[in-house]
Amino acid sequence: MAGLRLEGLTIAHGGVPLLTLEASIAPGEVLSVMGPSGSGKSTLLSAIMGTLAPGFAMTGRVWLDGHEITRLPPEARRVGILYQEELLFPHLSVGGNLAFGLPRAVRGRAARAARVAEALAEVGLAGFAGRDPATLSGGQKARVALMRMLLAEPRALLLDEPFSRLDAGLRAQVREMVLARARARGLPVLLVTHDAADAEAAGGQVVSLG
Amino acid sequence: MRPLRGAPLLTLLVLLGPVAAGLVGTLAPALGLFPALGGRALSLAPMAALAAWPGLPGAVMLSVGVGLAATVASLAIVVLFVAGWQGTRAMAGLERALAPLLSVPHAAAAFGLAFLIAPSGWIARALSPWATGWERPPDLLIVQDPLGLAMVAGLVVKEVPFLLLMTLAALPQVRPAQRMGVARALGYGRVTGWLKAVFPAVYAQIRLLVYAVLAYSMSVVDVAIILGPGTPPPLSVQVVRWMADPDLTLRFQAAAGAVLQLALVIGVLALWRLGEAVLGGLGRIWAEGGARRHGDGVLRAAGLGLAVLAAGAVIAGLAGLGLWSMAGLWPFPEAWPEALSTRSWLRHGPGLLAPGLETLWIAGAATVLALALVLACLEAEHRFGLVPGARSLWLLYLPLLVPQVAFLPGLQGFALMLGVDMGRGAVILGHLVFVLPYVFLSLAAPWRAWDMRYASVAAALGAGRGRVFRQVRLPMLLAPVLTAAAVGFAVSVGQYLPTLLIGGGRVQTLTTEAVALAAGGDRRAIAVTALAQTLVGMAGFALALAIPRILWANRRGLRAG
Repeated sequence: MAGLRLEGLTIAHGGVPLLTLEASIAPGEVLSVMGPSGSGKSTLLSAIMGTLAPGFAMTGRVWLDGHEITRLPPEARRVGILYQEELLFPHLSVGGNLAFGLPRAVRGRAARAARVAEALAEVGLAGFAGRDPATLSGGQKARVALMRMLLAEPRALLLDEPFSRLDAGLRAQVREMVLARARARGLPVLLVTHDAADAEAAGGQVVSLG
Repeated sequence: MRPLRGAPLLTLLVLLGPVAAGLVGTLAPALGLFPALGGRALSLAPMAALAAWPGLPGAVMLSVGVGLAATVASLAIVVLFVAGWQGTRAMAGLERALAPLLSVPHAAAAFGLAFLIAPSGWIARALSPWATGWERPPDLLIVQDPLGLAMVAGLVVKEVPFLLLMTLAALPQVRPAQRMGVARALGYGRVTGWLKAVFPAVYAQIRLLVYAVLAYSMSVVDVAIILGPGTPPPLSVQVVRWMADPDLTLRFQAAAGAVLQLALVIGVLALWRLGEAVLGGLGRIWAEGGARRHGDGVLRAAGLGLAVLAAGAVIAGLAGLGLWSMAGLWPFPEAWPEALSTRSWLRHGPGLLAPGLETLWIAGAATVLALALVLACLEAEHRFGLVPGARSLWLLYLPLLVPQVAFLPGLQGFALMLGVDMGRGAVILGHLVFVLPYVFLSLAAPWRAWDMRYASVAAALGAGRGRVFRQVRLPMLLAPVLTAAAVGFAVSVGQYLPTLLIGGGRVQTLTTEAVALAAGGDRRAIAVTALAQTLVGMAGFALALAIPRILWANRRGLRAG
């Protein structure tokens, strides 16, 4: 079965149950998880990514495109994530950030540079490859972060309140860009947010935590 | 992945193995056991011989007195200064001025101070003959005075920058601005409010460092040789003298003295803890008494004055060394030499090349080893979710709390017993014991403060843990890694006793050369050697500052911190 499936996912911290979730997200669909801060939204994403901090215990299974990924290391899961901050690597150029995400299968300097340039052009940032990420505007950073993630060819996308730091005008624009690209690539999307407008714009199912 | 898992254990072994082995090796001869020298049965003879040494009471008093005085004075200056000037521009300025002073080796700072305060030093020259009437250097015992006051001063000027920078590093964790805001709003003066509302929390953070300063000041050897009295010297110096004596039977006495030194340090640390408890109780009563100010203005001025004096003494001392190293004829009471020349450098410089290279070798190797172990420990902590507790912090500080003179002689004894030649390699491992804690303490906080979501993003992009470490975390943390390396390098450059005792006198570094010149009194040779030592120590910091600036010249995101 294609898509992202959470089967009886339960997370506990120090023996205290934190959250339970049963969900199935088809390719191109969005599941919005709402909840106040502290309700374990980010912990849920860590569990799906395989980066749960020690002290948390997880039961249940995570399926992606019919494969169980519960026990895979994070780098092998092909689950992409976008955080509230863009988290562009400050020591790499914009192009370097994108190339970091580009699979090794794309061989040769020229071919890799071409793919990076193409990705930048797709979001209106042609010619930005040599720039220092610290010199970009908020909207530009968000676009680079998105393309970096997509270049890694994930099979699912997790969004950890990725729009909440942007101002209102930019927010709708970036949100639309991210969701449209995820839809176009047929990625199941799990969106974590405390803003009802995000969930509404995303369409799809909404679950509440906490 | 498995070797990484063992990193913390290996680090502890490297850190504590020599200390434990050295202590055993010191304790045995102190109890008469040293087969190679004929000691085959338990006996109290070494202790008795030590007790019979007429200088013992004086040596013990010096060790305890100098240690306590230097620690209390350093801590008081730092506390007064931070209390009065936290968050001001004066504080930021002095912080910047003091940071480079951390890398000045103790020996160089001590020589610089000696050149300032000696009867024929800069201060006497500046005041003569117009104010003092001296046409010749007065016959006063200022340096190497019997009470050890010059030695206390020499320790204070070096410990003030150290404690101050460590205090400032610990300060943000206790949110001083908020605490002070509340205290000031309740009507408390700057200094009184700080002492009552911030100091207790800060002290809890720097307590182990204060203990390290106390243990160090009680048992230091190089500063004592340069600035301390000679008859009797502080106990640690006498132990080293006995160790160096051609009469090998004195080793028993030396071991007994080393054990006594350890007992003294433990005893005084226990006393200090008791003092903490008593003062803590009194302080609580004082804080609850509600008095809003106690001569805050005066204390504030005193804090600034003393801190500037301490920093100024080191800087003026280095300037004095610089001038002496370039001085032609410089008769008393002239404040400036008659001519400047490079003669002293040309004369003594070539001879410093070999010890200089040795210094670089040892410091470089010890630093690289320490950095590798510390990075492996921190990475293991991250990967395996290890949570270091308070106990591991104590273990880290242990080599800084056990006096060097208490365990290094034991290591030498082992080498003698096994007939192994302790060359450069052993000296490097000996330095590593002292370099490692400083590298760890310097790197741990920035390393742990790194935003872990960068690792998650990189993993989501398909990067394994090794790649995240090499290509993301290490480059992003390059500046703190290099700073930690520079700290470790400077610590190694300044080491005297490990080089002397483990190297068996055959490994010569700039520091051992400089200290060896102390007895001779050739000011130009001393100045050149001490400056060379200082420059090597500072070069590490210069590189640590320059490399990230060059490498990340185009990366604004890495220059914010």
